[in-house]
Amino acid sequence: MKHTPLFSLHENSGAKMGEFAGYDMPLFYPLGVMKEHLHTRNSAGLFDISHMVHMEVTGSEASQLIERACPYDASNQPIGQARYTFFLNENAGVIDDLIITRLESTRYLIVSNAGCADKDIAHINGLAENFNATVEVIPRGFLALQGPKAESVLDRLGYAVRDLAFMTAIEPKAGWFLSRTGYTGEDGFEIAMPVEETEAFAQKLLESADVELIGLGARDSLRLEAGLSLYGQDLDDSVTPHEAGLLWAIPKPLRQGGPFIGADALAEKIEAGRLRKRVGLRPTGKMPVRAGAKLVNENGEDIGKVTSGGFGPSFEGPVALGLIDMKAADQPVFAEVRGKQIPMEVHSLPFVPHNYKR
Amino acid sequence: MSKTYYTEEHEWLTVDGDDATVGITNHAQDQLGDIVFVELPDVDDEVEQGGDTVVIESVKAASDVYAPVSGTITEVNSALDEEPAMVNAGAETDGWLYKMKLSNAEELNELMDLDAYKELIG
Repeated sequence: MKHTPLFSLHENSGAKMGEFAGYDMPLFYPLGVMKEHLHTRNSAGLFDISHMVHMEVTGSEASQLIERACPYDASNQPIGQARYTFFLNENAGVIDDLIITRLESTRYLIVSNAGCADKDIAHINGLAENFNATVEVIPRGFLALQGPKAESVLDRLGYAVRDLAFMTAIEPKAGWFLSRTGYTGEDGFEIAMPVEETEAFAQKLLESADVELIGLGARDSLRLEAGLSLYGQDLDDSVTPHEAGLLWAIPKPLRQGGPFIGADALAEKIEAGRLRKRVGLRPTGKMPVRAGAKLVNENGEDIGKVTSGGFGPSFEGPVALGLIDMKAADQPVFAEVRGKQIPMEVHSLPFVPHNYKR
Repeated sequence: MSKTYYTEEHEWLTVDGDDATVGITNHAQDQLGDIVFVELPDVDDEVEQGGDTVVIESVKAASDVYAPVSGTITEVNSALDEEPAMVNAGAETDGWLYKMKLSNAEELNELMDLDAYKELIG
């Protein structure tokens, strides 16, 4: 298994480690998943996200390359703005979901999922051959500091975060990147730095009484409560942004056509209407219903599946995301778990309100 | 005189005559993390040694707990419906899972004592 720059820190902090996307990662620390989750919503949680992939796209046709790969107008993207978008395939299915920040008019940073690293790198490199642009994978340390106290922690350390708007970024010094983005639904930041500077920076953050280390267990329960998709579960290459409820990330004009791969398929599928859609689901009762559980109607007929599920510590109950056939919408939904049929209530997203600083 | 046995699956079994109380060990609850739900068997269920009896749900995953020996369930710890975290706080005390009547006391010979279990978990 691969190690991030914080591997020793995790072990020395008593983390229970486990494999994720080929990396040996902290699942939880002695605080435990519940307390780590609640700490993040109340204070400041520090996450090691160094396993994620950073790719810098540079060149006179950098905008055009991104506009070929992604369904948004990269050439109009303001400098410093971060956009949530996707690599789509010919069928408008999602190859990966990503955040792309425009750092200069001809330089962009793509942050993508560790689990899709090989696939994404091959995809964008293949496309880059047709444009005057280069793609460079940058190995870096990458940390997330999330929660209501995150801003004051970074502010006290001298970072210009007080006026940094949600979904914007700065490069505070050479080799560093700091964005007001995250995967928890809370206000927070994601900070990248050279590998060799990562541990010292993490230690500095941990000197604050407000900051606790948070593992992947709580990272998942936080994003699930926030209604955020996880690639590989809620999103895969058979799911379109439309089915996933993520059309908002695609500018309206591009929903009718554009230069990106999958544009025609997307336009056709939107025109035809989607056959299934992503919903939030609340299992009635206290038992969590997990990813993979079949969803059925009152007659026991297959109507979809749970794509993510678990327990929401802030919601104080089980929560789930699923994909349901459109024809089953507005009918009672049941999940099959260990031979039982659990009634599921369709629940609007997010389960816990977002606290983005807008 | 009661005696406590342990399994490789990190269950404990305290036996008094042919009555027994079953739970998971402190080591097991520590590995599982915060427990949010416990699915207990029904009273009068018959179980076979090694068969599924309980499902323990932590925030992230579900884990099976197996019957250390064969028998019939006589009581379940229904306090865990409201307070599943009792298994974390007192896995070897108030976080017990169920009580049963043994059907084959010879199966106890296959289980470990405390010293052997301590060696297992290292």
